[in-house]
Amino acid sequence: MPIHHDQLIDMVDKIPTFQESVHRILALTTSPDCSAKDLVQVIEHDPILTIKVLKLVNSAYFGLSQEVTSVNHSVVYVGINTIKNVAISVATTGALPKTNKAGLNMNRFWEHSLAVGVIAKLLAEHKGVGKNEQANYFVAGLLHDIGKVLFAHFIPADYQQVLQKSEVEKIPLHLAEKQLLGFDHSEIGAMIAEKWQLPTDLISSIRGHHTAVEQEQTPLSLAIYAANQAAHYLELMAQAADNGDQYALSRATDIDNSLPADVKTWLGWPLSEVSKWLSNLDEEIDKALAFIDLSDGE
Amino acid sequence: MIINLRGVRGSIPVPGKDTIKYGGNTTCIEITTDEGDKIIIDGGSGIRQLGNELMKQLPVNCSIFITHTHWDHIQGLPFFIPLFVPGNNIDIYGSFDPVYMKDLKTILAQQMEYCYFPVRESELNANITYNNLKEGEAIQVGSATVTPLLINHPVLNFGYKVESNGKRFFFTGDYEPPLNIYLPEDEGYIEYQRLIDQQKQILTNFIQDVDVVVADCQYTREEYLTKKGWGHGTHDSCIEMARAANIGTLYFTHHDPTRTDQELDRIYQEVMSREDLPSTEFYIAKEGTIIEL
Repeated sequence: MPIHHDQLIDMVDKIPTFQESVHRILALTTSPDCSAKDLVQVIEHDPILTIKVLKLVNSAYFGLSQEVTSVNHSVVYVGINTIKNVAISVATTGALPKTNKAGLNMNRFWEHSLAVGVIAKLLAEHKGVGKNEQANYFVAGLLHDIGKVLFAHFIPADYQQVLQKSEVEKIPLHLAEKQLLGFDHSEIGAMIAEKWQLPTDLISSIRGHHTAVEQEQTPLSLAIYAANQAAHYLELMAQAADNGDQYALSRATDIDNSLPADVKTWLGWPLSEVSKWLSNLDEEIDKALAFIDLSDGE
Repeated sequence: MIINLRGVRGSIPVPGKDTIKYGGNTTCIEITTDEGDKIIIDGGSGIRQLGNELMKQLPVNCSIFITHTHWDHIQGLPFFIPLFVPGNNIDIYGSFDPVYMKDLKTILAQQMEYCYFPVRESELNANITYNNLKEGEAIQVGSATVTPLLINHPVLNFGYKVESNGKRFFFTGDYEPPLNIYLPEDEGYIEYQRLIDQQKQILTNFIQDVDVVVADCQYTREEYLTKKGWGHGTHDSCIEMARAANIGTLYFTHHDPTRTDQELDRIYQEVMSREDLPSTEFYIAKEGTIIEL
């Protein structure tokens, strides 16, 4: 079953290109002097993005009393800062297939991706990362597992076996991928991010989210690694609390104990401490789900 | 209806010899209906003294409406003593923040984390409810109806209209009339201007014939030239609002923290000497001003 590197490239080639508009939005919004006019133009030149922005602004999430009918209208109504954030969020969640035959549970996938995005953003905030950059942490968290979707979509039968192996042998998914496919999702995820020409540190944060062995870890890579482990930790602890699952408890403890030294140093606390100030995480994720619901682009 | 301006300063409290006449506390407006219902708009530092006065008669029952969560509109809340006392009933209303994905409770809880404040939100002992408002959703507080309208500021900001027994009051919160992002020669200019005008018309209709408006007027027209997009109004924008909506009385508020009493008087005189003012009565908002309707 191992797949060739060529097959990997082939899969990456088949995924739709990340629209030019998304690059432009990411580039524009990293500048504090981002011009409202430029941002509106980028959104307006991409019909899909326009529809998504309007759909979100008109959703119950915003609770507006008038219907917003154009991007300009949305800027006049809710302000450029809000639209900037909306554009980043909807732009980055649109390019993925919604279903697969491999049995990868897409709801759980999004929930986990969102949890990592939200935790990474909270970590960034806690570490004093500027507001402008915090959105990048959210996006990196949201996209860190994107390789899984590609496997599930392009090699569903093989990936089903990978998922089963991980389940039956109780081993982490990325190890099952490595053993059966020869590559894991962080690698192909990074290739997609490269294809989409995302910022370099975002690519390496996706590539390194299971290995964390790079020589010079950026704060973004460290945050994504830590956020991913924290999300797994919290999920297992919740399982243990719900049904007294001792295995979940011991896996959670393992995750905490096996955190690489550099991540631990950067984080400053064990994962159990991190979870204390993430007590409102579920609520945060529920809110962020409003963005994900838009990913079908309808 | 009695309206008591408890804090009229923008940005940061500025106590001192230069602010004795108009006051140094940040935004807080107390409204008491004829039936005694208590509505408070914003929790700037002006809310502290109000809380102390309310404590004289327990239990305290009140509704606090937050226009937006910038510091100068919430910084007094941790010092609002009625929040700490069991048996008091306090309903807090405001907008959910879709940019930072936070509701009011989260924002206030973060404001009261140990690194900022010695008591946590979870230790407030009053019966507190947090309510995320939707634009246009009217809330009934006793005999009064409070309706939020979204008006332009860098974060979502609700202006609140309070109506009771035929009396009507409106507070803008922080408000800068939207600016055209295009240049007159750009293709999008006219369409954008149409949207701005439409948005302004919605505000005008919303506050048509209101008895008293308290409006953000942080900058003079000269200062505004370098403060565009900062989210605050000018005397000109307030006058335009009053004229369009046929407002009876308008109070200029959210005074810039650098503004001394003398400067406020001087600027007021200059504005009042202008020709072509509407029939609205204009005043400078002053801490402790009581308006009876």
